[in-house]
Amino acid sequence: MRTIDQSFAQAREEGRAALIPYITAGYPDLEKLAGLVGALTRAGADIIEIGIPFSDPLADGPVLQKAASQALSQGTRLSSIFEVVRSISRQAPPLVFLTYINPVFRFGIERFMASAREAGVQGLIIPDLPWTEGASLRTAARAQKLALIPLVAPTSTPAHLHAIRNAKGFVYGVSVTGVTGAREVLDAGVERLVRRVKAAVSLPLAIGFGIATPMQAQQVGRLADGVIVGSALVEEIGKEPRRAEENAFKFVTELRQALRNNTAKA
Amino acid sequence: MATMRVPNRLGRFGRFGGRYVPETLIPALDELEKAYHDARRDGEFRRQLRALLKDYVGRPTPLRRADRMSAELGFEVYLKREDLNHTGAHKINNTLGQVLLARRMGKRRIIAETGAGQHGVATATAAALFGLTAEIYMGAEDVRRQALNVYRMRLLGAVVHPVESGTRTLKDATNEAIRDWVTHVRDTFYVIGSVVGPHPYPMMVRDFQSVIGREARRQVLSLLGGLPTHVVACVGGGSNSMGIFYPFRKDPVQLIGVEAAGEGLNSGRHAASIFMGEPGILHGSLSYLLQDEDGQIWPAHSISAGLDYPGVGPEHAYYHDTGRAQYGAATDDKALEAFRLLAQWEGIIPALESAHALAWVIEEQETLRREGARVLVNLSGRGDKDVEQVSRLERRDAHAND
Ligand SMILES: Cc1ncc(COP(=O)(O)O)c(C=O)c1O
Repeated sequence: MRTIDQSFAQAREEGRAALIPYITAGYPDLEKLAGLVGALTRAGADIIEIGIPFSDPLADGPVLQKAASQALSQGTRLSSIFEVVRSISRQAPPLVFLTYINPVFRFGIERFMASAREAGVQGLIIPDLPWTEGASLRTAARAQKLALIPLVAPTSTPAHLHAIRNAKGFVYGVSVTGVTGAREVLDAGVERLVRRVKAAVSLPLAIGFGIATPMQAQQVGRLADGVIVGSALVEEIGKEPRRAEENAFKFVTELRQALRNNTAKA
Repeated sequence: MATMRVPNRLGRFGRFGGRYVPETLIPALDELEKAYHDARRDGEFRRQLRALLKDYVGRPTPLRRADRMSAELGFEVYLKREDLNHTGAHKINNTLGQVLLARRMGKRRIIAETGAGQHGVATATAAALFGLTAEIYMGAEDVRRQALNVYRMRLLGAVVHPVESGTRTLKDATNEAIRDWVTHVRDTFYVIGSVVGPHPYPMMVRDFQSVIGREARRQVLSLLGGLPTHVVACVGGGSNSMGIFYPFRKDPVQLIGVEAAGEGLNSGRHAASIFMGEPGILHGSLSYLLQDEDGQIWPAHSISAGLDYPGVGPEHAYYHDTGRAQYGAATDDKALEAFRLLAQWEGIIPALESAHALAWVIEEQETLRREGARVLVNLSGRGDKDVEQVSRLERRDAHAND
């Protein structure tokens, strides 16, 4: 199984940023999760984020809110997500879960980490768990060789950048102050954010929130080590649920193409 | 377990509390914590707040024996009249404090969530007083249930945003307010309406609401020459209850929080997070939560929109664990009965929220009579906002019985 570090290393060797698409487990339905991960893999995803739907996703914009609520109203359960992921993780690039803290807490922190590892997941992103609250989760994650991926925002202080310097996996840079969702123009603050993080932390830096088009992916790919695309892909998947895999494949292929053409690394 | 001085530096009340918010907000919470810390020690800030509470809100609110209710029940009942505050509930104690703080911090944009609309009205009022504009998030279902308060907020110059996501009630309005705050964090002050949310909010709101308990303690001591045996208050997020409990916490007094049992604790339609919930994390803190095995939040239900919330403040969760307070629950029906009884006994129409506290006292009357109890009830708000809803319910029931 390829690791997160290896994925970033390979992209770097190829002179491009890593592509990290996000999908919500259970949207449009859980049967499609395996096929969707397969499509993203074929399209050249370097790492795949699988979102665990939550009833109160306060860091998400309308598209991912809707995806989560549809997934839950169809009865998507944590146990069945683990099951599907276990069956596909060997043939996929590194998988990371994106989950809110309460499902992890309720399931039991140690039990959750053990189940995630057993399913072949390599990392965890928890948007409502700031670094200062994460000590016990980091210990539990480390015990299972999982990376608890730190987030960095435009408002983050130098103290925060210092605190995360020994984290594992990669740094998730939130491009804007705000929630997930496509933006028409990229925030001008991205460059500054990248510069600040790069000066403080040696881990790879992937940028997410608001990246919606191949053009934007290319722009961000020139600055950062990884590009995360969520809402735009989920929207693409939701347009025609019966053709979810085809459409996801097509969109992610375009994103990947845009990154391939990246030559000038700023 | 001994009840310690809380919260600690990390905003923990025992194992509860904390700061579970996106990284983006952490610097804003640090800034708020520091600003609050400084304001609390600033004589000028405290003088300003005290003057507003006195001359604008009308504090101190009266505390008086409910004579006919006491005679009916066979033990003494005293009412702390938060319903007589300007805007009709205890919520204004907190919003004036927070809006004063916002001004001190140079934040001109005010946002808030609201359930029944009482906190929205109190925030809009405080904002109007200082020439600021408040934007209020309110679940679309609550906008429908509490049309009068929506009108009041708009009259006060606030912008009301109906929230269509999720269950379209208070929890979803809170999600949306947090999304707004994450987006506009640099110039926006989020006025939280109860002792919930990330640190320092539960502590700060408790402190602002403690004026209720400080006055009440002084008033009962001078009226009775002693303490009550019980202090009873309804618990939604828990601000009016914590406000009256806190100054009594070291006294030999039973503190009773009354949650909303909705259609019954076994009906699956209630809002009794302490009584029926499990520890969990929502809206920034760890506390008791109504949730399923996967940690998905259950929609709460109560006849009173102000109690219709699946969580509760972390300090209550802590008091529950240490045994410093006891928690009971009252159903929709019992609250409605208490609503009518207080009107007839005392000429006071209570808020449906406050009626839950009264309902507990009525329900437990035999025990309380036997103990020779002297019960202090926090009447957190007045029922004008609920009259239309109750009369609608009566008409519906009359139909059903035809
Ligand atoms: C009159 C009244 N009492 C009680 C509450 C419940 O809130 P808390 O538990 O924070 O006092 C509300 C909330 O809207 C209210 O309006």
